Amino acid sequence: MAVVTGTPRAAERERLRRRRARRKALTVTAFMSPWIVGFLWFYIYPMFASLFFSFTKYDGIRQTPQWAGLFNYKFMFTKDPFFWKSLGNTFWIVIIGVPLQITFALLVAWALTRPRRGRGVYRTLYFVPTMVPAVAAALAFLFLLNGHGPFNTILHFFHIPTPDWWQDPAWSKPGLVLLGMWGVGEAMIIFLAALLDVPQHLYEAADIEGATGRQKFRRITIPMISPVIFFSAVIGVIYGFQYFTEAYVIGAGSGGAGANTASSALGSPNGSTLFYTIWLYQQAFEAFHFGYASAMAWVLFVIVMACTVALIKTSNRWVFYQGGFR
Amino acid sequence: MPRASQVAARENVVRRAQVVVAPNPRRTQPAGVRRLRFLRTVGDHSLAIVFAVIFVSPFVFVVLTSLMTQHQALSRDLWPHPFQWGNYIEVFRQEPILRYAWNTVVYAGLATVGVVLSSVPVAYALSRIRWKGRQAVFLIVIATMMLPAQVTIVPLYLIFVRLGWIGTLWPLIVPAFFGDAFSIFLLRQFFLTIPEELVDAARVDGANEFQIMWHVIVKLAKPAIAAVGLFQFLYAWNDFFGPLVYDGGNPQIWTLSVGLQQFTTIHRGVLWNLQMAASVMFMVPIIILFLFAQKAFIEGITLTGVKG
Repeated sequence: MAVVTGTPRAAERERLRRRRARRKALTVTAFMSPWIVGFLWFYIYPMFASLFFSFTKYDGIRQTPQWAGLFNYKFMFTKDPFFWKSLGNTFWIVIIGVPLQITFALLVAWALTRPRRGRGVYRTLYFVPTMVPAVAAALAFLFLLNGHGPFNTILHFFHIPTPDWWQDPAWSKPGLVLLGMWGVGEAMIIFLAALLDVPQHLYEAADIEGATGRQKFRRITIPMISPVIFFSAVIGVIYGFQYFTEAYVIGAGSGGAGANTASSALGSPNGSTLFYTIWLYQQAFEAFHFGYASAMAWVLFVIVMACTVALIKTSNRWVFYQGGFR
Repeated sequence: MPRASQVAARENVVRRAQVVVAPNPRRTQPAGVRRLRFLRTVGDHSLAIVFAVIFVSPFVFVVLTSLMTQHQALSRDLWPHPFQWGNYIEVFRQEPILRYAWNTVVYAGLATVGVVLSSVPVAYALSRIRWKGRQAVFLIVIATMMLPAQVTIVPLYLIFVRLGWIGTLWPLIVPAFFGDAFSIFLLRQFFLTIPEELVDAARVDGANEFQIMWHVIVKLAKPAIAAVGLFQFLYAWNDFFGPLVYDGGNPQIWTLSVGLQQFTTIHRGVLWNLQMAASVMFMVPIIILFLFAQKAFIEGITLTGVKG
């Protein structure tokens, strides 16, 4: 096995090694090729194109993009009231809606760990709403929470005040949160798996020390499942900023009598369900302001990235990873 | 023999000691403790049942309303009288639901085939072949998941305009054949759990990478592939934004999502009974699919959450 460089055999071996390396590179490229093409076609080109469009005035079909510098961005921040309105609504969903949903998912998962028998049946029942297509779920809640709908009938029966959910700007977003809670199954499944994974001996040790249920929950359960809470929070924030379908269906479906098209009912009632992505959609595909919509998309991207990074930065203060620090 | 008896004696001691230190709860439980435990079981199930009612009752109200007359659906009544089963026929006359369903099946079916076919080899290269830069490429794949669809939607729309694909289902189906980041991620996580020895054995036998992928990995990863396929099918079935953007105002290619949404906007707050009947028909296939494939769904979700 002595390697003597310069001998014909070593050169031969070197050639073989190179050929094998080339073959391997070829194999890897072949296996990766669907993704490489997709990445260039659906990510790299569109990203650069939309970044370019964001500095132009462009309606896509009739004219070529015209350089407008920072006009779109300036207009967005200073002259477009719907930009701020929709951004505010979106932050409402991210700051209030997402934590409520995570808490609810955790509560449901905890309730699922309690019964010894029948857990499978309960889990199925809790998860089925998550399977319902977003449009169908939104339609169902459009009906369930309408002024004379079943939900208000029940509230009325218990003498609880009955808000006119989809017609009252103060109650439309809470209504959307209720809709989100109905389909909270995925987070619930992840929490359930994490809760059942917490080592039982930790609780037993705490029992011996005389810890109360609340102390055990705060000092054992929460730290042990904090990685999945963190995971759900990141996913929730990313999707929260892109919240679209449910709000679009409900906004269009609850609009006033005068509104005949979806666009004139956008954000109904009174702009309270006008979310960032809905305003962006309207600008792009109903007004055909492609340049402006691209600028909005990039602002959204920057905000999502900033919030995600901020969340990750806070994570080493409250997320506990088993088997080592950080 | 003496050793065996010694062991037995020691065990006896231990057992006796246990009786003293920690009495077996099942046998020596006083009635009070038993009652307490019974009450706890009742409490646990009551809570679980309350949640079950919360999650299930929307279905009940939707189905009941779908069987009401138009007039009754607008009232505060909760129970239909008479049961108007004809709503489920009437809704087909009002809307071309079969065409929407066909479009949805074509979109979801082809997109699922595309995602599975294209994501398996990519996930394989990212988990079972060693090459320089693999980790970096994997991170890029993950990063594409974070990119909001809104960033790329305008240029993509313009590409599809140029290709003449607006108003067809192609913009929804073709991209699925070029790998899907989430599916690649999930498959990679699963492929990594397959023992290296199995792959090495095949390699010694002279199998090339494609053969290894096909005969070893795919065979062992069937549950993960099933989960990916189900997730993709579900995603396409439920997708609203894609069909809405690319329909080009052509109702011929509306999927159930878009068709149903338009139907509601037109009959806003009036034809609740028919709208609910249409919703039920939209939900039922997916719920049936879920009940049959529940295990794959739950395992797939757990895989994303716990290992992610």
